Amino acid sequence: MSLNDILDSLFPAGHTVAVANQVITGEATTAQGTVAVLGTTDAAAIDHAMALALSGFTLDTIEQHPGRPLVYLVDTSGQALSRSQELLCLNGSLAHLAQCVDLARRQGHASLSLVTANAVSGGFLSFGLMADRAYALADAQVRVMDLRAMARVTKIAHERLIELAAGSPIFAPGAESYVRMGAIEAIWPEPSAGLLEEALAAGQVAPVGDLRQSCGAERGGRQLAAGITKTVQNAACGA
Amino acid sequence: MIASLAARHSWFEATARARLAGLLDPGSFSEILPPAESTPSPHLALLDLPGAFDDGVVVCYGQLEKKPIFAIAQEGQFMGGAVGEIHGAKIVGMLRRAIEEKPAAVLFLIDSGGVRLHEANAGLIAISEIMRAVLDARAAGVPVLALVGGSCGAFGGMGIVAKLCSAIIISEEGRLALSGPEVIETVAGVEEFDSKDRALVWRVTGGKHRYLMGDCAMLVEDDIAAFRRGAAKFLAGWSEPAPSLAHLRAGQQALENRLAAYASYRDGLQVWAALGVARPESVPLLDRDSLVALKEGLPT
Repeated sequence: MSLNDILDSLFPAGHTVAVANQVITGEATTAQGTVAVLGTTDAAAIDHAMALALSGFTLDTIEQHPGRPLVYLVDTSGQALSRSQELLCLNGSLAHLAQCVDLARRQGHASLSLVTANAVSGGFLSFGLMADRAYALADAQVRVMDLRAMARVTKIAHERLIELAAGSPIFAPGAESYVRMGAIEAIWPEPSAGLLEEALAAGQVAPVGDLRQSCGAERGGRQLAAGITKTVQNAACGA
Repeated sequence: MIASLAARHSWFEATARARLAGLLDPGSFSEILPPAESTPSPHLALLDLPGAFDDGVVVCYGQLEKKPIFAIAQEGQFMGGAVGEIHGAKIVGMLRRAIEEKPAAVLFLIDSGGVRLHEANAGLIAISEIMRAVLDARAAGVPVLALVGGSCGAFGGMGIVAKLCSAIIISEEGRLALSGPEVIETVAGVEEFDSKDRALVWRVTGGKHRYLMGDCAMLVEDDIAAFRRGAAKFLAGWSEPAPSLAHLRAGQQALENRLAAYASYRDGLQVWAALGVARPESVPLLDRDSLVALKEGLPT
């Protein structure tokens, strides 16, 4: 599905969105009012320039439109893989972007992300997973690494990984795993103005802290994390 | 043997527990969820891989020069310090606890390649939770100080986490980046990044380069006592700023300027020359004190 089709379906009341260097910036009209629309397209490998375009637009929105909701469209194949990018500390620019999304939340901007096609590791961490709530389209690919590459790195047979993936959201690639693990709120069968309106309405009530662990426990995908975090928080300490 | 060398205790070669023993005030270490009270990762067991009772990370109370601090220490010698479900949840718990109890600081001894692939989704989500928790602790006024000098460096999502901390103290042996050189070489070819060229790897990701560029606040010797002195000195002069638009605007401008100036460079030597270092080729040979003096003499 093309970006324009996705935008037209999400924002039938109108949108003015520019795409430059695979980075989306602009705004759109919804029943909840004007929202900022930003993100990446065509499986962008996030580099410094893309990260800084997204962080800059997030800061502009905080400055010029207090409280305006932020809608992040996520289509990233991960981080750019190059020596010149690493030379200038790519993790630093991704951290800066994450910090800008976090500041928006602290300043009262609701945020949601929608994975439109791909969401992979570093690219996903830096903005998609920093939003208050994340959603994914049904055919979206969400993963750290595909099972074939994982087999190579972990030296575990590909067939064995496929077999285990069938029963384990812990490492099975796919948006469904991330729903069960508590990191993605819901999967949308298609880009839909109605579902977006619902998500924006839900977003008006700011979540109290990061609830992904308890959500993952409730959905049965992540059974240990919530309990261990709570134990560490509450453990008596002899010192 | 020279006395100063004999007394030195390498951070790079030490285990997480040995680092903590030398970092904290003697006798102040108090572990939360020690190995006797925890279980190894069931996800590794499912793959017939050996686990560790602490799942590769130690979280504890302690003191640094009599001030109460929390510490989180990743064990690079277990699964490359990589973050799995239990490992990540322990870190998140300690950071959230810091928000309630407000220690003088959280010391985060990062030694990790990032996500543990055997628990890939759990690891990625845990790192996202750690990112949020670091920023929440800082917003609550608790400094989170990253210490990087272990054999696994700070890579992948943990490289991002390191840059979300209040500051990074790094040793010359420390490495900080996103993708490992091996990954870049595998995907983009040996011409792009020769991961076996150790000198090049350090000129691109190593502690001296990150310190010269300003990505790390402090460069210390590969010595546990030097990390301890560095952490105490940093915290004595630091008060955690509230998150603000002005602060991130300034950061944005600095990153944009840097990208505009250095985007075409592919080697630390080029960046150092542009920073005003007269003899960039001498940088890898300089000892820590000479390098710090060099950095302090650079035009700003």
